Amino acid sequence: MDGLDAQFAALADPTRRAILARLSLGEATVNELADPFEMSQPAISQHLKVLEAAGLIVRRVDGTRRPRRLSTTGIEAMDQWLAMLRTALEKNYDRLDQVLAATHKKKGEKR
Amino acid sequence: MSKMTLKTEGDTHILVTRRFVATPEAVYRAHTDPELIKQWLLGPPGWSMPVCISEAKPGGRIRYEWSNGKGAGFHLTGEYLELDPSSRIVHVERMYLPDPTPDNHVETTFERDGDGTLMTMRMTLPDEQTRATMLATGMEHGMEASYVRLEEMI
Repeated sequence: MDGLDAQFAALADPTRRAILARLSLGEATVNELADPFEMSQPAISQHLKVLEAAGLIVRRVDGTRRPRRLSTTGIEAMDQWLAMLRTALEKNYDRLDQVLAATHKKKGEKR
Repeated sequence: MSKMTLKTEGDTHILVTRRFVATPEAVYRAHTDPELIKQWLLGPPGWSMPVCISEAKPGGRIRYEWSNGKGAGFHLTGEYLELDPSSRIVHVERMYLPDPTPDNHVETTFERDGDGTLMTMRMTLPDEQTRATMLATGMEHGMEASYVRLEEMI
């Protein structure tokens, strides 16, 4: 897999996106990440491995701690994800424009 | 027509604004009448909302079920808290992905703006982490389709 494929495969999983979202607020250790997600440490570690291999997160050595944070690529990937959310919402409202136009037309015909 | 804006506010809010060429009455109705909601609150092409319950009264139930027609789907439940006909809706909602997400408290207002209506939707999440997670995982179906489209582009 090249870099982009690995990134998109990593982002396709909602838990991994949630982990990235948590890391967008600041670095965190496996323990700190496992807590809010109600997942076992091995399960979280597995997700972190995928994210790391895709270059979306990096780890730092701090004594016995290994806190993870978003890499520049990870930050860009999250920005892109938010842009897609925006697009999905915009599509809904474009459709609502059409619904409103049709409702308006119907009323006009009745008159 | 003005474009939609989407921005975060403080630690726990998300603010969406959009202008429509219709009266506040019509835009309010499109947000509360199940027959109208089904026509637009869908996300990407190919998705539909086979179940839409919207009891537009204080304490009334909300339930939206989405399907892509190929076995994938998810749903949202909520309750209406306050309704000022044609001008304001306050409700709570949660998505099931499949576990319920923390409650999203939403206030939607409709104001006359020239010959149209300005809609402002203010979401309040319990904390910063929940908001970040909601933005990252929310609108799962919409994201999925966008993801597929992006894959095709690569």
